[in-house]
Amino acid sequence: MKKAKEGWKELEDGGRIIVAGNSVLYKTGDWRTNRPVWDESKCTQCMICWLTCPDSSIPAKDKKRIETDFDHCKGCGICAEVCPVKCIKMKPETDFQ
Amino acid sequence: MNLKDLSIREDRLAPGHRLCPGCAASIIARIVMLATDKPIVATCATGCLEVSTTIYPYTAWKVPWMHNAFENSAATLSGIETAYQVMKKKGKIQKDIKFVAFGGDGGTYDIGLQSLSGTLERGHDIVYICYDNEAYMNTGVQRSSSTPYGTDTKTTPTGKASFGKDQFKKDLTAVVAGHHIPYVAQASPHNYNDLLRKAEKAFATKGPAFINVISPCVPGWGYPSEKTLTMAKLAVETCFWPLYHIEDDVWILDYDPKDKKLPITEWLKTQARFRHLFKPENADVIKRIQEHVDKDWDKLKKQCGVK
Ligand SMILES: Cc1ncc(C[n+]2csc(CCOP(=O)(O)OP(=O)(O)O)c2C)c(N)n1
Ligand code: SF4
Ligand SMILES: [Mg+2]
Repeated sequence: MKKAKEGWKELEDGGRIIVAGNSVLYKTGDWRTNRPVWDESKCTQCMICWLTCPDSSIPAKDKKRIETDFDHCKGCGICAEVCPVKCIKMKPETDFQ
Repeated sequence: MNLKDLSIREDRLAPGHRLCPGCAASIIARIVMLATDKPIVATCATGCLEVSTTIYPYTAWKVPWMHNAFENSAATLSGIETAYQVMKKKGKIQKDIKFVAFGGDGGTYDIGLQSLSGTLERGHDIVYICYDNEAYMNTGVQRSSSTPYGTDTKTTPTGKASFGKDQFKKDLTAVVAGHHIPYVAQASPHNYNDLLRKAEKAFATKGPAFINVISPCVPGWGYPSEKTLTMAKLAVETCFWPLYHIEDDVWILDYDPKDKKLPITEWLKTQARFRHLFKPENADVIKRIQEHVDKDWDKLKKQCGVK
């Protein structure tokens, strides 16, 4: 994806943003204080976490969720809360440094 | 449609937006836009969803999206839809396109009410989604006409002289129903299947459709971020926020907790904005809130023909 434009000379007419969804270039993953740790072996692929993630950070591929997008996940904990089989656990981000 | 099949659709909201962790507004926007596979054009009234998803030079929207002011997302969308109808008539466009506006409670119950009313009355083929977080959150929690009775906000502060907001919440869904448009509904993101069905129906409806969706707000309501959907569920289980829809003026109740209806305190006690209500001197405020919920619930059941 093209870099978001900076500098007034390169701005689009009317301040349009012409690259749809370019916010993906902005990383919100460093907001996170707790990390969702997903146990794939226990996951039933019900897709509830995929649907209810406020940050579009649980990608789906071939009708299955895959690993969380840690570049954008803000660590809200909703996925761990909604998981019916409790295969997502929130762990302090400091455990991973 | 089951969630697995739904997951092959493109997510219309990209990550990297700046909404608070756990915000319900983006959950609602994602679910609503997943409910159709047709192309969408969207507008947003100024508010958290609009501001946080479009911080220049970024946008989280993967659909054509138009910026406008706080009060006129419905009017802007009605103009876009009219232009589309004209282009279609002239044969310049063939695609079947859906049009959706998102507004907060401030942008819908208050300042955008007349532009919404006009759009509904003119009969535009659009969908309007109100994400109702019950205050002006983006500017730091000021009361709106949607804020519940007794709520602590920046403009209804609590203390010796005040128990919080002194007016009851406006029944906007009923106000919209008074326009006799083909489809009106109330929904909640915790019941995502119900919300998906309603959004699907709204997009399929010819003419205006309106859905009012409860949208818990982490800092504005005061609860831990992982509890967003729990907050929405409690609003429904206490019958503070009933799930129902109105199709061609027929009212239908979508969820009845029956004898499992929870007392309103089960919802109130989970949020900092209601904390002061549990002081002994505010016992009668809670009593009035419960009476109001019960009265509205009975009225709604009657309207829906439910015993
Ligand atoms: C005419 C006008 N008045 C005031 C504002 C400032 N303002 C921006 S967002 C906002 C609050 C929006 O509240 P709401 O519609 O409930 O959405 P929320 O932020 O709660 O999601 C206000 C007052 C504005 N943008 N335009
Ligand atoms: S203040 Fe509330 S509504 Fe606004 S982004 Fe944060 S959680 Fe969402
Ligand atoms: Mg609001």
